[in-house]
Amino acid sequence: MLKVKNINTYYGKVHALKNVSIHLSPKEIVALIGANGAGKTTILNTLSGVTPMQSGSIDFAGESVGALSPDRIVKSGISQVPEGRQVFKGMTVAENLELGAYLRFTAREPKELIRKDIVKIYQLFPRLEERKKQMAGTLSGGEQQMLAIGRALMAKPKLLLLDEPSMGLAPLVVQEIFAVIERLRSDEGVTVLLVEQNAKAALKMADRGYVLETGKIILEGNAADLLENPEVQRAYLGKEKKDIWER
Amino acid sequence: MFSKHREIFKFLSLVLVVLITPLLVHEGYLLNVLIFVGIHTILSLALNLLLGYAGQISLGQAGFFGLGAYISGILTTTHAINPWIAMLAAATIVTTLAFFVGFPILKLKGHYLAMATLGLGIIIYIVFNEAVDRTGGPSGLSGIPNLSIAGYTFNTDLKNYYLIWTFTLVAMGLSLNLVHSRIGRALRAIHDSEVAARVMGVNARVLKVQIFALSAGLSAIAGSLYAHTMTFIAPASFGFNFSVELVTMVIIGGLASIYGSLLGAALLTVLPEMLRAFQDYDIIVYGLLLVLMTMFMPGGLVKGIPELFTSIRARATRKVKTDA
Repeated sequence: MLKVKNINTYYGKVHALKNVSIHLSPKEIVALIGANGAGKTTILNTLSGVTPMQSGSIDFAGESVGALSPDRIVKSGISQVPEGRQVFKGMTVAENLELGAYLRFTAREPKELIRKDIVKIYQLFPRLEERKKQMAGTLSGGEQQMLAIGRALMAKPKLLLLDEPSMGLAPLVVQEIFAVIERLRSDEGVTVLLVEQNAKAALKMADRGYVLETGKIILEGNAADLLENPEVQRAYLGKEKKDIWER
Repeated sequence: MFSKHREIFKFLSLVLVVLITPLLVHEGYLLNVLIFVGIHTILSLALNLLLGYAGQISLGQAGFFGLGAYISGILTTTHAINPWIAMLAAATIVTTLAFFVGFPILKLKGHYLAMATLGLGIIIYIVFNEAVDRTGGPSGLSGIPNLSIAGYTFNTDLKNYYLIWTFTLVAMGLSLNLVHSRIGRALRAIHDSEVAARVMGVNARVLKVQIFALSAGLSAIAGSLYAHTMTFIAPASFGFNFSVELVTMVIIGGLASIYGSLLGAALLTVLPEMLRAFQDYDIIVYGLLLVLMTMFMPGGLVKGIPELFTSIRARATRKVKTDA
């Protein structure tokens, strides 16, 4: 479904992604893990067109999307939930969701259909419905994350790019959000590319995973295998440190 | 929060106030002040769409205002072109110019954008001063004809009042429509988070340039109206100070509020006139009032005034309770 081949992305002179290749099959949940600054967010931003790549190719559902602008990429079915949620704080919850369907409004899609989808989002996240007239800036961190996901879903994506949905959230809320992500896959057939600091939780949910280090993919494989991989355990799951802590 | 009927009612009340005000105000001087309130409202409205909604600063608005005035002035005096066509030409030229200048400039953000637009405004101002054989230089351009429709010429204060306020109300009506539309939501989204807006499919780069061009074009129309009302223009009216004054109007009135633009423009136009009583000290009182207002009404007049009323009412009821 998604085939990324040898992409290179730069920030000025900094070579942020070095020949990165990844692929996703339909309905897969794939985790992208790695340390701070490894290039996880850059991969997502390159996929969504916010940070254009220098070379390489991105094929999505049989279409080459590598050189497209962000709005064309959204139209092709890729939606990103940006890092740090980035909800529109000065707008109500309902307005945020309407903005998620921006291109559908532009395409003059019947408003009833869009309204129906907003109701669907409220069923997925009942707390958003309770707060639909509230300014998004007044929501709690977890609710803002739900809103950011709901907003991205309003574009009806086939592929959802999630950038650190667990950032700064209580473990219970993270569980709730991860449960929704799994439901999206099983009920709606959405494919998910997930970037996470919380490597353990991400790999537990994911089918497969990629490990990124300083702009390069250093490991890939089944999520279960990665969880058992000694290198991953040492670097990202803190297994060695655990002994030190528990002594 | 936004109810269509209430919004229409509010707007119609404003139309009524604009219609009947001249019945109460006969004096030419006061009418003149109100004409300026109208022109300034269009200008702060234009800036508010850019600054308040899309969150992009421009310190060059006086330049676009001046370009509108000069294009209209030069076309009608030197080339004897019909004022209406001159106004249309001014709006088209300035909108197009801003559109092309906008692409490189609006890649900048924050302070850098402020600097770039500031520079643009100053360049335009220098052209007014230096292109003496076309603009008349520092001594200005006079003999600009009034606007007229089928032999009916807008040559008195009262006629000009209605002319200008027709334009002002139309501009307000269209802006209200714009900001409550999908486009208005997209503009506010860019303001809150440009990255998020872009990954929602909002073409932020183009939309920012479009609203910049619209803002410039609207300012040019205001400039053209100014030229044909005053019949005389000089560079001094289109300098950097006036650009800053426009930013002040928008902030004092209320960012991202159409009615705030009207309030800000009205206050900053009427206040200097009222402060004449302080003679040489007027600028000190003026500055002090502005500082106090930004301190105690950070949301602008449009939010500050209702808050003031509720707090006064709350205090009054509290007093009644303690008295009883």
